[in-house]
Amino acid sequence: MADLQVNFCGVTLKNPVTTASGTFGFGHEYGKFFDLSKLGGIGVKGLTPTERLGNPAPRIAETPAGILNCVGLQNPGVDRFITEQIPFLRQYDTAIIANVSGNTVEEYEDMVEKISDADVDLIEMNISCPNVKCGGMAFGTRPDLVSEVVSAARKKAKKPLVVKLSPNVTDITEIARAAVDAGADALSLINTLLGMRIDVEIRRPILSNVMGGLSGPAVFPVAVRMVYQVRCAVKVPILGMGGIRTGRDIVEMLLAGADAVAMGTVLFADPLAPVRALGELEEWMDAHGVKSVRELSGAVEV
Amino acid sequence: MHGNERGIYVMAIQEICRVTHSSRLGDGLYRLTLDAPQIVAAAQCGQFVHIACGEGNLLRRPISICLADGAALHLVFQVRGSGTAWLAARRQGDALDLLGPLGRGFDTQALGARPVLIGGGIGVPPMLQTAVCALGAGASPRAILGFRNKGVVMLEDDFRAVCETAVTTDDGSYARCGFVTDVLKEQITDATGVAACGPRPMLRAVAALAKEAGVPCQVSMEERMGCGIGACLVCACALRAENGETRYGHVCKDGPVFDAEEVEW
Repeated sequence: MADLQVNFCGVTLKNPVTTASGTFGFGHEYGKFFDLSKLGGIGVKGLTPTERLGNPAPRIAETPAGILNCVGLQNPGVDRFITEQIPFLRQYDTAIIANVSGNTVEEYEDMVEKISDADVDLIEMNISCPNVKCGGMAFGTRPDLVSEVVSAARKKAKKPLVVKLSPNVTDITEIARAAVDAGADALSLINTLLGMRIDVEIRRPILSNVMGGLSGPAVFPVAVRMVYQVRCAVKVPILGMGGIRTGRDIVEMLLAGADAVAMGTVLFADPLAPVRALGELEEWMDAHGVKSVRELSGAVEV
Repeated sequence: MHGNERGIYVMAIQEICRVTHSSRLGDGLYRLTLDAPQIVAAAQCGQFVHIACGEGNLLRRPISICLADGAALHLVFQVRGSGTAWLAARRQGDALDLLGPLGRGFDTQALGARPVLIGGGIGVPPMLQTAVCALGAGASPRAILGFRNKGVVMLEDDFRAVCETAVTTDDGSYARCGFVTDVLKEQITDATGVAACGPRPMLRAVAALAKEAGVPCQVSMEERMGCGIGACLVCACALRAENGETRYGHVCKDGPVFDAEEVEW
């Protein structure tokens, strides 16, 4: 029997498979397909200080082996998450990964302070959402701003702070170092890649927001590359994500340097994907005589 | 698909279904009949199924339920892209991976004893099951079906077998020349409710006529969809909240059927 348990900056995950923020709501919908306690953790929909309506439709465009989205962080706000969603999620034996976004340093501070006092296990700080006009990605693409917002949030955080990195940068290691130097307990990557599709018949962008974030199998090699680069640059735990579909993909992401992974877009095709991939991961480990999933992290031989 | 001793969730249906019949109905229009006992048993009119459309199409395609009869699920769809083209190439014996039935369908009770059911183009199929449901609930439904031209007229005989049916074409190449609203104007006076599925401009016009006549109206909306179950939040439909402000509902979970009064046109 393979040992799947992972220690992710002090939080024990029963296995390395979590769900990626924004693809899983607050768990209600996929909870009708499988027992959420099977997951190592649940990354919930990105939260903002107050309710956000999100962008008009269309919010999605299909691409070769991927999707573009511009949901625009539609969410009920952090307070309603705490009162309405945490009790639901706590019925399950799985880690809760809150995900917070802000427009200003003060908003990040307030969010992190508030969510620290709530019953969550990890705080993922989204400094890289491509679909929000101010803040969001702007923070995540400049080392000086990353440093400012992460160190401010770190002072307020009473739970492990996982900083989610944008791939829309020239050098991901520069951003990763800035986040870690400012106190990030862990990093998660990658957020979506900025993309665009045009409906040629009407010569207009498909997405209401013109551009959107690319996710799905199409981005997997980019994610593996960036996790590998970040692993070589910093020592903190890494939550690897971007296009993971199968147990073999999980192994690949772990070998590149991830300690745990998140699955997202694949759920839209296969609602049971995390459970299926966990089974595949165990099978792979058994077939290859790998006793603990922890042996795989960063074990790529270059 | 898994049991849960705590009983804190209900099961969702993912069913692998065999194609029992496939046919072409008109220009780019196809009909598939599937053996889908679990989905059919749970299906309500106006709901949809979310179908995996082969390698190369990451997203499932939402297709409305045309008819749920015994164990047979009838789907009628238009080829619009690679996913529906793949679906159109399925033949008897092929297996399809479906999630469903999904979404909130038509409330036939709320449509009263004399409902008018309106379908426009590829919005026609779900109105067939709706007619069957209304009839089964003791109502006397009438159907108005609108098409662009003769080449895309479909399901006319199926509707006539169930209820009084009027057909229009935009160009007059078949049946009455004009729009569904031309017929609705004549029928609205003694209608107790209106249900419609079709292109947004048609729905808007139908909703306006119903509102003017003080008749309740339900509309089935369409939007580009992701997960199909309410998790990814992409299929946003602008709705008017009770306080008058705009909010976004989601076609897959809150819809596809909405009260026309609720929709921000």
